[in-house]
Amino acid sequence: MDNSKIGHHISEQFNKELEDIRNKVLTMGGLVEQQIELAIEAFTTGDVELAELVIKQDNQVDALEMAIDLECTQILALRQPAAFDLRLLLTVIKIINELEIIGDLAERIAKLAIQLSDSDGKKDQYHELHHMTDLVKDMLHGALDAFARMCIDDITEITGRDDEVDREYASIIRQLITHMMEDPRNITRTLNVLWTVRAIERIGDHACYICEHLIFMIKGEAVRHLSQSELEEKLNKQ
Amino acid sequence: MTAQQTRSHSIDMSSVLRGQGQAQSPNEPCIKVENLNLFYGKKQALHGVNMEMYRKKVTAYIGPSGCGKSTLLRCINRMNDLVDNVTIEGKILLDDENIYDKSVNVAALRRRVGMVFQKPNPFPKSIFENVTYGLRIQGVNDKRVLEETVENSLRGAALWDEVKDRLNDNALGLSGGQQQRLVIARAIAIEPEVLLLDEPASALDPISTLKIEELINELKEKYTIVIVTHNMQQAARVSDYTAFMYMGELIEIGTTSELFTNPKKKQTEDYITGRYG
Repeated sequence: MDNSKIGHHISEQFNKELEDIRNKVLTMGGLVEQQIELAIEAFTTGDVELAELVIKQDNQVDALEMAIDLECTQILALRQPAAFDLRLLLTVIKIINELEIIGDLAERIAKLAIQLSDSDGKKDQYHELHHMTDLVKDMLHGALDAFARMCIDDITEITGRDDEVDREYASIIRQLITHMMEDPRNITRTLNVLWTVRAIERIGDHACYICEHLIFMIKGEAVRHLSQSELEEKLNKQ
Repeated sequence: MTAQQTRSHSIDMSSVLRGQGQAQSPNEPCIKVENLNLFYGKKQALHGVNMEMYRKKVTAYIGPSGCGKSTLLRCINRMNDLVDNVTIEGKILLDDENIYDKSVNVAALRRRVGMVFQKPNPFPKSIFENVTYGLRIQGVNDKRVLEETVENSLRGAALWDEVKDRLNDNALGLSGGQQQRLVIARAIAIEPEVLLLDEPASALDPISTLKIEELINELKEKYTIVIVTHNMQQAARVSDYTAFMYMGELIEIGTTSELFTNPKKKQTEDYITGRYG
């Protein structure tokens, strides 16, 4: 891990505080990644216990978010950070917010898994979700990895995958609509699947937001609300 | 949203986003420093400094001790002329006129470029006499003019309400913060164009410091201000532009908001974030 960006302060204590925040963000990120994985597994296998575990674990994610938030506030108040340090803390505050939302989305998927397990459909028919889930998990992992390394060289590759997620999303929605048209009795079940697909798609969006925050952290430039091509152009220019 | 749609919005967001404290262009340079080298004896204290300071803006110099920021500040009203063994090369243009030109009357220059030091230095005279000192030297003795100047200057320095009932008391009886504001009143009584502030708040308590900072904010409506400070938060709060100096060189100058959030040079970044380079 590259410590050069957050280390080397004259105040050793400040180095430790920043390192501690970074580690906590990564812990929170790891937890959220696990949440997504378990939630989708619970959804596709109808494992209620697993789904309940995901719901329970969300408390840990929330608690970490509040703890990191507090630490950042204290550093802002006591150390008046500037330049990269300031951007790092502002970025952390935003990233943990995104992670918390992703955690909530995983929790929602888990709740839908519980609802769906009550209905009497076939289990294990949602394998098309796996590909989309893998995509968003990769995106989130890439974003967290970029944060850990404090390096955004490959960031547009990550944000670029969101288009693929959106295509996948559109294709699954078409399938689901077909299901509903085929037999109206499918509608309740299919809607549950639809909410889940929607949640997965949103996870991809939030992973993209994390990437945008990271670009601000490293480059000091706000790049939100840009299209993928605008983003690539902007980063290539520099 | 297409560019055309964006343009159709009638609110000019750029002015909203720019916010307070950030410099607005276009700016008119008031002081230009060109290739300035300064030597104390053989030791070079300033190395080829080039910079512009804008009219009615606050420019702050920051940097570690001995980096040359006070030396540079003192060049602007030729205070360094008073130091033995000083050699100065290059130019400083005040309103496009080189202040190091032989034809320049130094006393007249210092009337245009007032200075306030780290330690308040009121004269051991009454408050009234302190403020009118400069005018009296210029031969102004009209009582009404003097009284008006005293009130205006003390109001300008945010001190009037505190001292209006004791203008004839000795200035040394004032608190440190009040003395510093008195010195600023004395400086603005002769209506300079530029005010140089060398660590004006470093000997003051936090409340007096805030009053001085607030004052700087008001004074920039009328004057071009250059301030040297060790307190980076202070520089960040009061200035429109910040220049970072290191070992006699100007490393970076930019708008204060840019310099403190996204400096271009690593040396600047290391200094303002408290890192060893």
